[in-house]
Amino acid sequence: MLERSEAEVLVRARGLTKTFGSFTAVDGIDFDLYRGEAFGFLGPNGAGKSSTMRMIGCVSPPTGGELSILGRDPVRDGSAIRARLGVVPQEDTLDMELTVRENLLVYGRYFGLPRRVIRERTAALLDFVQLADRAKSKVDPLSGGLKRRLTIARSLINEPEILILDEPTTGLDPQARHVVWDRLFRLKQRGVTLILTTHYMDEAEQLCDRLVVMDHGRFAAEGSPRDLIARYCSPEVLEVRFDPAVHDAAADKLKDFSAERTEVLADRILLYVADGDAVLAAVRASGLEPITSLVRRGTLEDVFLRLTGRRLED
Amino acid sequence: MAPASLALPHSARSWSLSFRAFQCWLIVYRRIWRSSIWSSVLGPICYIGALGFGLGPLVDKHGTASLGGVSYLAFVAPAILASGAMNTAMGEASYPVFGSLKWNRIYIATQASPLRPADIFRGHLMFMVMRIAMNCAIVMLVMWAFGAIRSAWVVLAYPAAVLTGLAFATPIAAWAVTVKIESSFTYIFRFVMMPLMLFSGTFFPLSQLPAGLRALAYVTPLWQGVALCRAFSLGTAAGDPLVMIGHVAYLAVLAAVGIWAGARTYRRRLYV
Repeated sequence: MLERSEAEVLVRARGLTKTFGSFTAVDGIDFDLYRGEAFGFLGPNGAGKSSTMRMIGCVSPPTGGELSILGRDPVRDGSAIRARLGVVPQEDTLDMELTVRENLLVYGRYFGLPRRVIRERTAALLDFVQLADRAKSKVDPLSGGLKRRLTIARSLINEPEILILDEPTTGLDPQARHVVWDRLFRLKQRGVTLILTTHYMDEAEQLCDRLVVMDHGRFAAEGSPRDLIARYCSPEVLEVRFDPAVHDAAADKLKDFSAERTEVLADRILLYVADGDAVLAAVRASGLEPITSLVRRGTLEDVFLRLTGRRLED
Repeated sequence: MAPASLALPHSARSWSLSFRAFQCWLIVYRRIWRSSIWSSVLGPICYIGALGFGLGPLVDKHGTASLGGVSYLAFVAPAILASGAMNTAMGEASYPVFGSLKWNRIYIATQASPLRPADIFRGHLMFMVMRIAMNCAIVMLVMWAFGAIRSAWVVLAYPAAVLTGLAFATPIAAWAVTVKIESSFTYIFRFVMMPLMLFSGTFFPLSQLPAGLRALAYVTPLWQGVALCRAFSLGTAAGDPLVMIGHVAYLAVLAAVGIWAGARTYRRRLYV
């Protein structure tokens, strides 16, 4: 990998701010996005992720701070910048009355591509998202997963330098999500720069080289998924669940165990420890008997809980 | 920083960006034109037929002096042309604009491309004008088939009717993009379009109105369009060239104000 100073910066933000009336959606964030990386914004709903994406997508003028995309000013040169971006919005904006192929045709025409070029790219893109056999079918009856894949194909029609994905798999069933992840991973392998938002920790872990944890319009932390877990979480996490009647008392007692940290959730208690099995044995030896117990590795969900005191999908 | 910016193409010219949006409306329209064409044909046949041949003879029996000495058919047909242009403009500039934000979200999809809000607006406007021009052509054919035309000047009634439609389409589209709930359109249809349709010298001459209302009717855009189309259809335009220029100027200014306003309202609505 290139040294950061040598790599090409595609998006640079300094003190980037977006307010709507008295509400501050994005509160002075700084970041650099380098060519070829997959950069994620992880955070709960309302954290300011979509507002940031819209500013990068040049459809929302920043209220304050600096933003440059492909070296240009998104307010002045929005049109020229958007010609080099691909956008997968949070909700599909496909034309339901048209066929799969016509959707790509319409979109390609927006970018001023000749019909011949659109035809060639459409064939390749539909193959890529495994929709070639549906080219002539209308969009409306397609499943959510297929629509999403079509949206991804459509966003690639102009061979963008940066692909912006706002919650690319929200609302999809697990199987459809995995297909989307697989396709996005392949794009990344081909060198497409990805910016994505998500509130799924597994999505962030699978796809992102680097991510920021976003909360209330600010970055709570920044790093690779592995860095963040190492920095903000213990090697192992012991999850125990008690009868609701003794939940609170058990939580009190568990504070005496030598966990790095204890999180008491409504339905279970998390102990951040180095050796989960050893601590579980100690808990049992002390006379506490959890209904269920689980020893697992730390995840981004734990990082988020640690940084914000809240769960991602709340 | 590396010269990523050099890779960027120059932004295309605005009219070419608007034309891209127009082409995409055509691709969408190709799917639905058959169903839309029937109402465009049946509407004028019913209106001109019923009023010209059903009501017309009754009116004509009582003398046509107040109609300018022509049959009721010849009097009402150009007004149907002008008000039809208004109706098409209202139909194309209201729900379709709202729906492009809320239902099929065409504007939202388009926004991610090089097209700017003003291009999206103008491209959609081109399509509206095409629809107005199509419907006006159909009405003119019906007028001709029913023998409602009195003068060769009628060829100018066609651009006059399209201009009337444009004068409605631009301000309505500029407003429709700001609408938050669709029931707002019902008010426009009920409290603006219907009174205009009834009291703009369409079905009866303005001389039938009380003096106060007559003054009000003179300043409405539909009256301007009706007067213009009628003067061309009856061949009386040459007698009052200044009045005709006045009508054209009024409608052109209204259309221009709508174009100016739409570029701003679209930008405010789409770039939040």
